[in-house]
Amino acid sequence: MTVRDLSLANLSAILISLAMVIAPHAVHLPAWIPALVAVVLLARFYLGWRHRRLPNKFLLIVVALAGVAGIALSYRTLYGRDVGVAMLTVMMALKVMEMTRPRDTMVVVLLAYFLVVTNFFYSQSIPTALYMLLVVWVITATMIGLQYRAGKPRLRAVLRHAAMMILQGVPIMLALFLLFPRVQGPLWGLPQINYSAKSGLSDSMSPGDVSSLSLSDDVAFRALFENQPEKPAQLYWRGPVLWNYDGRTWRAGMNLTAAGSKAENLGAPLRYTITMESHDRYWLFAVDVPMIAPQGAYITTDYQLLSRRIVRERLRYDMQSSPLYRIGIDESPGTLRFARRLPPEASPRARALVAQWRAQGGSDRDIVTRALTMFREQRFLYTLEPPKLDADPVDQFLFETRSGFCEHYASAFTFLMRAADIPARVVTGYLGGEANPVDGYIIVRQSDAHAWSEVWLPGEGWVRVDPTAAVSPLRIERGLAAAVPETERPLLARNRFDWLKEARYAWDAVGNTWNQWVLGYNPDRQTRFLAQFGLAEVTWQNMVIILIAVSILIILALSLSLLFRINAQRPDPVQRAYLAYCAAMAKRGATRKPSEGPRDFAARVSMQFPEVRETAHKVSELYVSLRYGKEGGCDKLQELRDAVRTLR
Amino acid sequence: MSNRLSPVFTQVGRIILGKEQQIRLTVACMLARGHLLIEDLPGMGKTTLAHALARTLGLDFQRIQFTSDLLPADILGVSVFDRDSSSFKFHPGPVFSQVILADEVNRATPKAQSALLEAMEEHQVTTEGATRPLPEPFFVIATQNPSHQVGTFPLPESQLDRFLMRIHLGYPDAAAERALLESRERRDMISDLTPVIATPDLLDLQSQVREVFTAPALLDYVQALIRYTRQSSDFVNGLSPRAGLAVLNAARAWAFMDDRDEIVPEDVQAVLPSVAGHRLYPVTGYPSLGSGQLAERLIADVPIP
Repeated sequence: MTVRDLSLANLSAILISLAMVIAPHAVHLPAWIPALVAVVLLARFYLGWRHRRLPNKFLLIVVALAGVAGIALSYRTLYGRDVGVAMLTVMMALKVMEMTRPRDTMVVVLLAYFLVVTNFFYSQSIPTALYMLLVVWVITATMIGLQYRAGKPRLRAVLRHAAMMILQGVPIMLALFLLFPRVQGPLWGLPQINYSAKSGLSDSMSPGDVSSLSLSDDVAFRALFENQPEKPAQLYWRGPVLWNYDGRTWRAGMNLTAAGSKAENLGAPLRYTITMESHDRYWLFAVDVPMIAPQGAYITTDYQLLSRRIVRERLRYDMQSSPLYRIGIDESPGTLRFARRLPPEASPRARALVAQWRAQGGSDRDIVTRALTMFREQRFLYTLEPPKLDADPVDQFLFETRSGFCEHYASAFTFLMRAADIPARVVTGYLGGEANPVDGYIIVRQSDAHAWSEVWLPGEGWVRVDPTAAVSPLRIERGLAAAVPETERPLLARNRFDWLKEARYAWDAVGNTWNQWVLGYNPDRQTRFLAQFGLAEVTWQNMVIILIAVSILIILALSLSLLFRINAQRPDPVQRAYLAYCAAMAKRGATRKPSEGPRDFAARVSMQFPEVRETAHKVSELYVSLRYGKEGGCDKLQELRDAVRTLR
Repeated sequence: MSNRLSPVFTQVGRIILGKEQQIRLTVACMLARGHLLIEDLPGMGKTTLAHALARTLGLDFQRIQFTSDLLPADILGVSVFDRDSSSFKFHPGPVFSQVILADEVNRATPKAQSALLEAMEEHQVTTEGATRPLPEPFFVIATQNPSHQVGTFPLPESQLDRFLMRIHLGYPDAAAERALLESRERRDMISDLTPVIATPDLLDLQSQVREVFTAPALLDYVQALIRYTRQSSDFVNGLSPRAGLAVLNAARAWAFMDDRDEIVPEDVQAVLPSVAGHRLYPVTGYPSLGSGQLAERLIADVPIP
């Protein structure tokens, strides 16, 4: 096959397939690679169009070596996923410059399929999958087009053919997906990038940390309850517990050991399943307080739920929590002492205030109430955009700005308690979440991040006190959206975007299903899925046997259905088209006798109706060659159909 | 293709006036390697047609006049003792020619008839223990007087089956007859004819005819026709499998002459009266001159699938 033999249509199809499959890589490849690819593809098109000779081998080798050097310079390594993809992209683009034989075109097409896979290194989202499906369709159509050695296939026929082939592949794909033995962890075992860029709670809390999170619509996790809780907005999702205060920032700081005693459950436990997005931290979230730890995790003495491994992939775990509980009645004196520590010189005015309260007498409980009353009755403001606090945030907040977000209140309240010698700690986590009416999942976003306090009262143990509730009861009862002015809310929490919200719910449900069933289809899911078919406890060897058996059955079924379809084609498409033509002619007044041959009929029709003479002859010629001739062909059939259509 | 054959049609058409269809059928029959039976009254141009065709195709031509005392040896040849070499020498009979006109074949005795018919079938002659191949191409045109004439031995059905086609010439129309009467002696015209096609070319055309494509849909049609003859009450017997093959062979030649690579139903319809006419017998009586009409009715009654 010379340049001349590769038709311009086929060449364009190959180049378009390549451009489509490489396009998503353009985002993360160094800019010169997409530019090079674009230049090479366009040049190849020009050469094919003008029937010019392809560049000689030496030039190609030079460009290829330069490409490798460029990649080495850009990445400073020749190892790894990104380099591999870059290399593949460059070499593949250069390969089109030496497409001289049919074999070369097939190599390019197969490489294009391979490049489809590499795109999933970077994104496994639904849009990516859909786009790649489209790309596979185009590549398949290209491949089919290449198989026509003679004659020009019609684009539509080729696309339909490709779609049919893909559809026939679907059952096998499903069988492979569902039955192929799964391994724990991401299939690729590749390092993920951008660990640090993920938003979420951290193990420290300074003023402004949580409120900045509140603008993020990112999903933190989703929960599916066995019995939907009545007020999902009032669920406290316990996260990191903070003990150490340095005058500005709260930090974790306890030795995080597994709890010796379980929480005392006072009510009906909540059972639910959480699907958590990866956040590259250890902690897991659970409704306050967790009763049991899922596999690979443990509950600490301050009732955090911690994973033993960093959560680097989407995680799914079953949880059980008790919303009514008693914890830490017999907390050790050491811990309690730890929970009273304050930097000695911090916030003198706040200390003075607490000293004044103490002087008025009353129990620890009274002090708590006093502090909450202060927040409630004095003019404190709950806002997402608090003024900046500099030197001594607690004093400045309590006595000057008096407006803040939950972290300001939790921080100030905990400080006040410790100043009053009451053991207290800050708990961060999420509050509430929205129930997706579509699939029943409760979605907890970063914007639901929250901070509250726990104080230790004798005889009661650790008691949750949420000072934000005193300032802005709406935040607790109805969520963030109700508590702050509309302009301050995240975009999706605004009321006038209701329709958008609906769409978002639906999309989130789709995305969640995708996560649960496609990306999160791990050995556990697989086992549970197969158990539904009575295949509990299948070894991977047996799974492979089942897989092969099912695949054979599917192929058999497909072949049989094709066979039957071939046999059942009576009248076949050619005959159907011709009968339609006869019917059209009969309407005009020329009825074909059953024993009249197509050529005789065409001759008679053109005598009777000279105006359709040409079409009649064309139809007759096409019909004869399709029905009685040696070679058929989709395009001839289409031509026949088109010709018949003009007569109707 | 047709440009190689069209001089044949023109040249023969100048001798046999107004009989284009019969000339085409004759050529088709030869291209399909069949043999032709012309059934007509004396003096209708049967001999002239055979002779003109042989001259035009550049083939050697022999005429055998069948009479009631004709012996097989008169057709096949005979061994005669040669005194010089003291051995028997075979003198080939008239059958060792490329085109043979077997005139009034139904006047001879069945014994003589079968000698010719076996040679036609086998393309070889076996006499006195030796088998001798016949020349290629080998084309027999037999003529037959209508059987009701006096002194005939009608060909049995099994013998008729060996002819690919049977045609009738019929009277020429007035204009053709006028032209015929005005022009010179046919015999002189024929001796003036020059071959327009070489024998290897002719053999090549014959082999090309065999390559003409037969689609499943067409076989459906041919089978429908055959089935009809076997099931219909109009015919004594249905068409035999050999008749089916004959129809296809003739249709191939017809399509080939029409410059096509595939048979269409029209080809079948064009040759069917000639191919099936002498193989079909109406229940009401013996095949008459008009028995081709029976085939016409067959065509009209069987829809093309």
